[in-house]
Order: sequence, then C-alpha cells, then structure tokens
Amino acid sequence: MSQKNPAADRAPSYLADEHGLRTWLLTTDHKRIAILYLISVTAFFFLGSLAASLVRIELVTPEGDLLSPDGYNRAFTLHGVVMVWFFLIPSIPAVFGNFLIPIMIGARDMAFPKLNLFSWYLLVGGGSFTLYALLAGGVATGWTFYTPLSTMFSNGHVVAVILGVFIVGFSSILTGLNIIVTIHRLRAPGMTWFRMPLFCWSLYATSVILVLATPVLAITLLLVAAEHLFGIGVFDPRLGGDPLLFQHLFWFYSHPAVYIMILPAMGVMSELVTAAAHKRIFGYSFVAYSSLAIAVIGFMVWGHHMFVAGQSMYASMVFSLLSFLVAIPSAIKVYNWTATLYKSNLTIDAHFLYALTFIGLFVIGGITGLFLALLAADVHVHDTYFVVAHFHYIMVGAAVAGFFGGLHFWWPKMTGRMYSQLWGKIAAVMIFCGFNLTFFPQFLLGYLGMPRRYHSYPEDFQFLHVLSSTGAAVLAVGYVMPFFYLLWSLRYGPQAEDDPWDAAGLEWRTSSPPPTHNFLETPIVDFDAYEYPPEATHGRS
Amino acid sequence: MDVREQYLAEPYQTAAQQREATFLGMWVFLATEIMMFGGLFLVIYYYRLQHPVGVGEAVHHLHSILAAFNSALLLTGSLCMSLMVQASRLGDYRRVQRLLLLTAFFGLAFLAVKGFEYGWEYREGLLPGMGPESPLKEPAARLFMNIYLFATGLHAVHVTLGVTIILGMVVRIHFAHMKLPERAITLEMVGLYWHLIDVIWIVLYPSLYLVGRAV
Repeated sequence: MSQKNPAADRAPSYLADEHGLRTWLLTTDHKRIAILYLISVTAFFFLGSLAASLVRIELVTPEGDLLSPDGYNRAFTLHGVVMVWFFLIPSIPAVFGNFLIPIMIGARDMAFPKLNLFSWYLLVGGGSFTLYALLAGGVATGWTFYTPLSTMFSNGHVVAVILGVFIVGFSSILTGLNIIVTIHRLRAPGMTWFRMPLFCWSLYATSVILVLATPVLAITLLLVAAEHLFGIGVFDPRLGGDPLLFQHLFWFYSHPAVYIMILPAMGVMSELVTAAAHKRIFGYSFVAYSSLAIAVIGFMVWGHHMFVAGQSMYASMVFSLLSFLVAIPSAIKVYNWTATLYKSNLTIDAHFLYALTFIGLFVIGGITGLFLALLAADVHVHDTYFVVAHFHYIMVGAAVAGFFGGLHFWWPKMTGRMYSQLWGKIAAVMIFCGFNLTFFPQFLLGYLGMPRRYHSYPEDFQFLHVLSSTGAAVLAVGYVMPFFYLLWSLRYGPQAEDDPWDAAGLEWRTSSPPPTHNFLETPIVDFDAYEYPPEATHGRS
Repeated sequence: MDVREQYLAEPYQTAAQQREATFLGMWVFLATEIMMFGGLFLVIYYYRLQHPVGVGEAVHHLHSILAAFNSALLLTGSLCMSLMVQASRLGDYRRVQRLLLLTAFFGLAFLAVKGFEYGWEYREGLLPGMGPESPLKEPAARLFMNIYLFATGLHAVHVTLGVTIILGMVVRIHFAHMKLPERAITLEMVGLYWHLIDVIWIVLYPSLYLVGRAV
C-alpha cells in the first residue's frame, strides 16, 4: 500500500497547477469542477438549513406566531426544493463522483470534460434563478408541486421555480451521462468491472436512474407549467383531465430520486467500512449487484406514495409488494458492511463514526419504510410526521452522513491537508445525537396523529415538538462545526500523506492532492479492489 | 498513426476509445429524449383510453393527409442526412454541404407546413383559447386538442433545434473549421439527433392523427 506513484512528485498538484479565478471558472479538470460543486452545494445546504430552522422555530409553540400560515408553507417549500434538487441530488455524485471516479478507475479525466463544466453552470444558473423566485415571493406548494394546487390555486411563482428545477434537471442528466460513459470507456488497462471500487458501482447505478428518470420529471414540470400558464387541462378535471396523473408522473421520477440520494452514500459507505477494517469487503459481488437491483426495483415502487389517493387496490398491492422487495438489496448492503467489520483490525477515525451513524440511521429509516409500505399501516400514518421522520432518516440521517463521511475521508486527498480528528469526532457524535433528538420524536408525533405541513397544532404535541426543535439546534451546531475546522485545516492543518488512512485503491496511490492528470503514466491494474496485505487485515500483534 | 489521433480529446488514449465514448454518450442522451417524450406518449394514450368518444371527435378534425405529406418531408430530410454521413466519411466537402443544406430545407419545409396547418386549425376554431367558436362539443375533445398542440409544439422545438445545429455545421465547414473525414464523427452525431427527431414524429403522427380515425 505504501507504493507511491513515483512520477507524482515531479508534477504540480491540480491546485497549484494554475492560479486565478479565471482558471477555476473555465477549468475542465474534473477535480477542480468537483471543488466548484462542493462550494456551491455547501451554500445551498446552508440556505436549505436556514429555511428548516425557521420551520423548527415556528413549531416550538402550538400557535402560529412567528410565520403566517402562508409564510410557513413557503419556508418548508424553500427547504424542500433547495435540499432535494440543489443539495442532495448533486451532492455526492457531482462532488465525490466527479473527483474520484476518474482517479479510482485510472483515467485522466471524465469522458466529456467540457460537458462536465457546463453541467456545473447549469446547476448554479438554475439554482440562482430558482432561489430568486423562491425569495422574491416563493411558492407554497411544497417541493412536490401537487396538482391542482400548483396549477389552479397557487398564487406564487410556480412557473419560475419549475423552470429553475427544469434547468437543474439537465445538470443532473449530464452528470449521469458523463459518469456512465466514463465508467464504460475509460477504465485503465486491467481495471475490470469487478476490480472497481464499489463506490463506482453505486455511482453507475445512480447515473442510470439520473439519466432515465430525470427526463420524466422534465416533461411533467413542462406540463404543469403549461397548465398553470395556459390551462391546457391535462391535470384539470373540468376538461376530463386527471390530477392524479400528475402524481404518477411525478413519483415515477421522485421515488427513484430517493435512490439517487441514498445510493451514492451507500457507495461511500463501502469505501469507509473497508478502509476502517483494513480488509476486503464481505461479498463484493453481492454489494455490487445490490446497487443495480435497487436502481431497477426503485423504478417500480412509485405507487406507494399514492395508497390513499384512490388508485386501484390491486395496483396498491403490487406496489406494496415491490416496495418490500427493495428492502432486500438494501439489507444485503447493511449486513455485508457489518460482516466486514466483524472481527476486523479496526481503526476508529472521524469518518468511521459517520459510517456508523449511517448504518444506525439507515436501519431505522429503512425499517420504518416497511411500515409505510404496509397498506393498512400506511392509512394511519400517511401524510403525518411519521413519514417526515422516515424520509429524513434516509435522506438526512443516512445520505448526509454519507456525504460528511466522504468529506472527512477524502478531504486529505482533495486538499492535501489533515484536519483535527478530535473535532471531527465531536462533530460526528453531535450530529448523531442531534439528529435522533430531532427526528425520533417525529415518529411518535406522526403515530399520535400530527399531520405534516401544519404550522399550528394542539397543545398535547408541544413537548415532542420542543424536543425536536432542541435536537435541531444540536444538529445545526454539529453541521456547522466541520465548516470551521475543515477551513482551518486548509491553512494550519499538517500536510497529508498520500495514504493517511492506510486504505487501498488507486486514489491513494497518487499524491495528495493529485497532479492535474491524476497519474503521469496510465496505471496498470494488476490487483483487486480492497486488496489489503494480510498484516493490515489481521493486525501486527 | 491514425490521422484521427491528432484530434484526441484530453481523457482519451486512442481514437477508437474516443469514438466509442462519443457514440455511447450520444445514445445515452437519446435515451433521455425518449424518456421525456415517453411521458408525453403516456399522457396521450391515457386520455385516449379514458375518453375514447371525445378523442375520436377531435381526431376527425385533424388534417391527417397534410400531416402525412409532412411526414414524407421529414423522412426525405432523413435520407439526405444519411447520405451526408456517408459523404462526410469520404471527405467530400461539397456533397456534405449540399446535403446538409437540403436536410435543413426539408426541416424548414416541415415547420412551414406545420405552421400552415396550425393556421388552418385556428380558422376552424380548433386551437385552444383563440379564433372562432370551437366546433368541438366534448370537453375531452378540447383537452385532446390541447395535448396535440403541446406535443407537436414540443416536437417543432426539437426540429428547430435540429435545423439550427445543421446550419451551424454548414457555417463551420464553410469557414474550414471542420476537417473531414477526421471529424466526420461530429456530423454523425448530428445525424443521430436528427434521426431521433424523425423517429419521434413517426410515433407521434399515428398517435395523434391516425388511431381512432376509422371508428
């Protein structure tokens, strides 16, 4: 593992190669584009968190005192739209996928470098446009834009927000396209499919979803915009249109979109777990195929969002069964990660605490998902805080833990600097505790009947709501902390070694940070993924 | 050495690798277009099943012969496009230019006929929200006309884009910014996109104009 890329010492790193803002804004280097993405999604993350804070502060008291009912709706819509499309979907694929996939497979860059830069501009352009619309007046429809609310009754900037999301959709599509072609065509000699790190497999599965599902969202949003502007009637019952058709089209994209958010985090997990255990993952091919299985089955479960919307009972039964099936590949991954850790020579670093956070929160989020897939149980908890808690366990608890875990794990590689392990661990523990304090009470609230998207509530619920808001404050501190110590490390952190975690994989064989073309000579891959020497796996004692 | 190696983009080692990657990228992009129009076809057929009577009434007002003529125009354009790709591989600049212009002409002719057809429908009161009183009685018939306008409009946007790209290629070749046959692959990609627009129309035409006409 200590084998270095001898040429790397002679080439300047991608950070030092050229200087000036212009070289960043016009770069086609996948690593620099990844950094651009990292900066922009972090900005969107803080913005979305701000809206969430408003929501949580409002919910401290039963009366609606801080925000008007409409203002409350606009706040959670801002939170949802920004977090889903401008943070979660681009987060891991566009930041770590961009940075790591070419390095992990031994390529010089992504397949289409200019397209890669263009997709960043689409994200920033579409994001700023949406943001302007959301702040100038906003929409109160929720991130789901359900008809007929969005088409006939909403007085907000529906069309502008939709247009922004439409543009950002193209950014997702182009990123997915780039990843697919890169993995198919740019693998280094000897890098077979089954020698790739599992991160690449999960990003490949994610990209398939990005490419096939996002266009359906595009046409759906175009139809909503046409309906809102011209009243073409596709979702209007007065002309024989069907508002429910919107839900089918929307969830055909948006349920797979959940897997766009979680699959990349699962890929990060496979890297974190093997690096901490210093051994090959348990059941490599099962973990690899389970990513594809999640992507495929994920396309056939959208109807579970509509169990109480009046769809046919038989359709509901099929969707319920298929939703249960998704649990199988997800469980395979969790079991294989834990089996990898079992009796391993474990090193507990900050990023490993995020990995443990992921496993814990993902299991809770996944199992409560099964409650919701159950036809009868769903009738009771549908549209309550139970649902809110469930998907936050997956999309925030697990996916954001994956993002932070990846950030801590690859930070030395991306920046060439080490951060403080102690602060990293404190932040990880705070995020774990704050998250559970925020969202576990919401399961209870939902079970007791608290509906989602209400800004006032009966006094009986206040205790649980206050618990949840307290947790949100802890969580906020946990999320802000890495911002400071990671930035601090850029200036004051010690220089990182090429392989600070004793991890396997091509990215650790080049220098930290890597040179502009990753490797001066194309590497020849004559080793398997996660090939750790026996003394690393079993310890030296 | 393969002459195409001079035109290697940064991430590639060989011309064959670059060619394969370009093709794969284009096919994946075409798949996204198909998924997008797929959503639209779902909407069309859902309402055909939901409101057979209303849709049947609307279909009888559409000018299927004119649209058939339009299909022929588009298909002829595609033939020119295929011949152009052949010529580009041989490095025959003059032929490539002529065939590109011919393809663009057929694309523009398609748009002109389509515009003429919209005007005709406008005078008959078939287009939503404008013109004289609608002869359509069923609300679902008006809904179908709206979907017809949306679908053909979205397709026309794609044709316009295609024509723009083709004319852009003509300009590039005219100012000697494209070496043939080394960069023939660029023209081949344009060809693939143009054929996709064509294929979408081939499915759109019967879905809107023909199905349910005999009843």
